Amino acid sequence: MSQLAIRCQGIGKRYRMGERQRYRALRDTLADAVRAPLRRLRRAFGNRAAGNASRPEFLWALKDVSLEIRQGEVLGIIGRNGAGKSTLLKILSRITTPTEGYAEICGRVGALLEVGTGFHPELTGRENIYLNGAVLGMTRDEINRRFDDIVDFSECGRFLDMPVKRYSSGMYMRLAFAVAAHLQTEILLVDEVLAVGDAAFQKKCLGKMGDAAHRGRTVLFVSHNLLAVDSLCTRAICLHEGKIVMEGPPGQVTSRYLKNWIPASTEVIYEDIGSAPGNEMIRVRRACVRPLNGSPSDPITVRTPFVVEFQYWKLVPEVDLELSVDIYNEHGIHLLTTEMFGKPPAPAGLLRSWFVVPGDLLNNGTHRIQLGVYLGGLTEVLYLEDLLVVEVLDAASELRGPYHGRWDGAVRPHLKWTTEQIDLSSGPAGVPI
Amino acid sequence: MDGQTPSGTAHADSAPLTIIRPSGRWWTLCVSELWQYRELLYFLTWRDIKVRYKQTLLGVAWAVIQPLFIALTLSVFLGHLAKVPSDGMPYAVFAYTAMVPWQLFAHALTEASNSLVANERLITKVYFPRMVAPMSAVLGGLVDFGIAFFVLVPFLACYRIVPGASVLALPFFALLAALAAFGVGLWLSALNVQYRDVRYTVGFLVQLWFLLTPVAYPSSVVPERWRAWYGLNPMVGVIEGFRWALLRTGAPPVGLLAVSVAMTAAILVSGLYYFQRMEDTFADVI
Repeated sequence: MSQLAIRCQGIGKRYRMGERQRYRALRDTLADAVRAPLRRLRRAFGNRAAGNASRPEFLWALKDVSLEIRQGEVLGIIGRNGAGKSTLLKILSRITTPTEGYAEICGRVGALLEVGTGFHPELTGRENIYLNGAVLGMTRDEINRRFDDIVDFSECGRFLDMPVKRYSSGMYMRLAFAVAAHLQTEILLVDEVLAVGDAAFQKKCLGKMGDAAHRGRTVLFVSHNLLAVDSLCTRAICLHEGKIVMEGPPGQVTSRYLKNWIPASTEVIYEDIGSAPGNEMIRVRRACVRPLNGSPSDPITVRTPFVVEFQYWKLVPEVDLELSVDIYNEHGIHLLTTEMFGKPPAPAGLLRSWFVVPGDLLNNGTHRIQLGVYLGGLTEVLYLEDLLVVEVLDAASELRGPYHGRWDGAVRPHLKWTTEQIDLSSGPAGVPI
Repeated sequence: MDGQTPSGTAHADSAPLTIIRPSGRWWTLCVSELWQYRELLYFLTWRDIKVRYKQTLLGVAWAVIQPLFIALTLSVFLGHLAKVPSDGMPYAVFAYTAMVPWQLFAHALTEASNSLVANERLITKVYFPRMVAPMSAVLGGLVDFGIAFFVLVPFLACYRIVPGASVLALPFFALLAALAAFGVGLWLSALNVQYRDVRYTVGFLVQLWFLLTPVAYPSSVVPERWRAWYGLNPMVGVIEGFRWALLRTGAPPVGLLAVSVAMTAAILVSGLYYFQRMEDTFADVI
């Protein structure tokens, strides 16, 4: 058995709530300094609620993570957003320190947490290769030696002496990734950087990752792309709320992740009519998303038709209330709106309305469902944002062919292709194209 | 791809061992680490200089134009019209010899204070000893200083001033100015991560400091008994030293200089201490 490359013991990282979002201004500290004695006074006089509310809240982004990674292993790290994946990479790459625990790393570490870190728009492609290389930890000799490979890989050779601010975003990404791909440290920490560029380039990058693995380098690979984890990694772990909840062969971990760790906001129930969201006209009792066929807890993949259902109390008779649903994807793109126009007005009481989203329509990713209610189809009565959140999963399918990368586009319909021969005579072997 | 990759196991014996624990690095570790990252220091300095003069018409000439025009303006209004004393030197020479190190200090201080916030992306996405950022800002200031300094030569020639052997002490004074700027820059850059108020304070601080420094007037206007206290401003020692080295105005300002050196050391050591203490939190707070 080969040696250990990384050993973590009880790693934990605690953040102060809101610490990452907002910097402090001096006046906040001054204000706190003034408030602190008051707070202490208040606490002393037994007003415990006030005391508790003002105490800073902490969040453990990682808790008690112990892990051993052997040299040559390719470890996939999966988990939902906020599960602690990136924090783990940040600790191992020493960007931030753990709050507790201990880790040993044997070998040079290269961290690719972002493509193009340190790129400066004013500098030329050539200059940025050197700058970015140095930022990633390459020496000047190393960059010199790999310079031609990097340029070849990026396919940007002709624009090398142009400032990168004039590059197209695709070229920029290709150049950035080319530098990253030639970082040859013994240990490589990779965070989701494969989600760049066009499909052909992604394929090339995945190939490069596979290369790294074959060369006996140790790779930690964070990804939402379960297929890539499956095909590239030798082992996988799944993080949930800062803890390792699964560990094992990648196929096993990803399939169990699909079954067990899907976001829970596919259903909301409000039993009490008084506190249910809504107003004097309508109150929502229940909203849910479930696959059209099979058990409600089955995962929804890009191929699964699923039902979106609402139960609600209609509190006013003789009024025409119409439900309307907006679906947004994780990039905030408004994908579609669907409304129940043209139905006769329903009587008052507890009602149920639903519709089916066909399979092969949405792309994989997180989709947010907003419910709007309109009076007579025009006046907004109610709008509930993010009432439901559906994780649409990628599915291995014959439609993909050999490609494992992210499938681009806001939607992912299954369109039928047809090819036919229209002229037998053109071209030597009858293959003009 | 190039077949030069050391295979993991073969390399294991010589591979560096990194230990990660909650907090606290030792000072010795920090120095050797800075040495390891000297190439990054070089590239960041190089980037700043390159970017500063990209897409400018006059380019590097700006490093000269700024101190030169301020010195000329001072010499018209303060030297000729207000008749501010200049220790018997032509006022223009008197002012420019002070403007050159002053610009070094002011520029290095401003850039260093902003360096961490300006490199936010780097700090949250890659590891490097954070001190590299303010350090490269100061080095960038030194390059501009070198350029502005060369203009001093024809300037002095015009007035037929030939410096003596004392000119050999100049690098020491330049170093003192750079270290003072670095020390204050360490404090301010680390504070800037936490409190963005610093951004607004720096411009104001530099202006105030300019008035407290004998650039436009000689330090001899300060009464004798307060002169040593005046040295608590490290730039007083630097500028008096500069004038002495180039213009041979009287005896070397030894007493003043000793106070300035001690003050610089105090700022530097406390700055290093504060920076090191805060360093671990930069990526989380910035």
